[in-house]
Amino acid sequence: MFSTAFSALTQGFAALTWQSVLMVLIGCVLLYLATARKIEPILLIPIGFGIVLGNLPLAGLAASNQGGIINLLYKSGVLTELFPCLLFIGLGAMIDFGPMLANPIVLIFGAAGQFGIFITLLLALALGFGRGQAVSIAIIGACDGPTAIYVASKFAVELLPAVSIAAYSYMSLVPIIQPPIMRAMTSKKERATLMPPDEKKVSKTVKLLFPLVAGIITILIAPMGAPLMGMLMLGNFMKESGVVGRLIDVSQNTLTNLVTLFLGLSIGAAMLGGNFLKWQTIAVFGLGLLAIAFDTVAGVLLGKLMYVLSKHKINPLLGAAGTSAFPMSARVVQREGQKANPRSFLLFHAVGANTGGQIGSVMAAAAMLAIMSKLLIK
Amino acid sequence: MYTVYRYREANLKDLSFGLTMTFWGMGITLLTLGLLILVIRLLNRMYPFKDETKDEKKD
Repeated sequence: MFSTAFSALTQGFAALTWQSVLMVLIGCVLLYLATARKIEPILLIPIGFGIVLGNLPLAGLAASNQGGIINLLYKSGVLTELFPCLLFIGLGAMIDFGPMLANPIVLIFGAAGQFGIFITLLLALALGFGRGQAVSIAIIGACDGPTAIYVASKFAVELLPAVSIAAYSYMSLVPIIQPPIMRAMTSKKERATLMPPDEKKVSKTVKLLFPLVAGIITILIAPMGAPLMGMLMLGNFMKESGVVGRLIDVSQNTLTNLVTLFLGLSIGAAMLGGNFLKWQTIAVFGLGLLAIAFDTVAGVLLGKLMYVLSKHKINPLLGAAGTSAFPMSARVVQREGQKANPRSFLLFHAVGANTGGQIGSVMAAAAMLAIMSKLLIK
Repeated sequence: MYTVYRYREANLKDLSFGLTMTFWGMGITLLTLGLLILVIRLLNRMYPFKDETKDEKKD
């Protein structure tokens, strides 16, 4: 009787494996970073706690435990791609396309900022990853967490935890990853290029029509990206309409925060020791880093081209803001520009390129989804 | 509830697949953003910014 009760009370300890212990420790490190260092706490606390809960044996809280509450969230929100799409409504409601609409040429940087995706795709294929896996890893280069989750949940669910963690981590590490590349690729004279700081104004009608028109055009070109682009433009249309204050408030705050909590918890609980502690995970992180580095390289190269074509009127640093890491990339460009020339004020233009990167990343993902859909059958 | 995909035995080899994806992926992204630049310019011409505060002062 005593021994039965003892074994019942210690079965959790007995079922611990070294992998689950290590994952619990990793979860605790994330919680430490979030609380003590205040690094991405909104995201890292749910993910860190999800890792801890998911890896405690017999608790039934892993994302793969059928019938568990986190399993329910994972199946209904992550695997159905619902959560990333809902996040895009909030994102659209927060974005101001004004700087981009005032100077639309910066949109082109949003294309260059996606180049790393495709270089990484080739590298991942060369390393032996399957096509769906390679696409899912490459999309980390979109520098956009929800887009990465959306694509990975479609083509490589087994890599979803690693891809999503890498995507969000590198988004927050943009201020560390980008500056050395930007400085290495440009001369001080180029970085010091002054651009007019005055903010051109755009009419309210243009701001209102843009999400509608852009949504229709992009969805017609790449219908597979419709859930992401549609929700992004819906959120932005609501914001610019100015007549649905309550919906905007909910989208920017409650919806985004709640979905981030559920998404983080689900992703964390999917990171089980047995399937996360593999060489593939390290490869995913390495390739993800390369993807963002190549995005920056391609962006700055295009920036240099524009610098020459515009007869030294466009600061080449703007190219680095073509990624989707909003607003981190824009801030990095502003800071680096000001380091080279204290009179430089690039933020307005960089924010324009950065919002172009948001559209570019969804377009690149949509294009990949469209091509993949032709190579796959249900 | 959600779509599960499996691979069709595609004729493309991995390198061809990667290059095809790169060509079309970058191509479509560039093309779409280029088109959006034209659309924005058109919208800005159709609905130029008018300073409403100035109009109010005139009234």
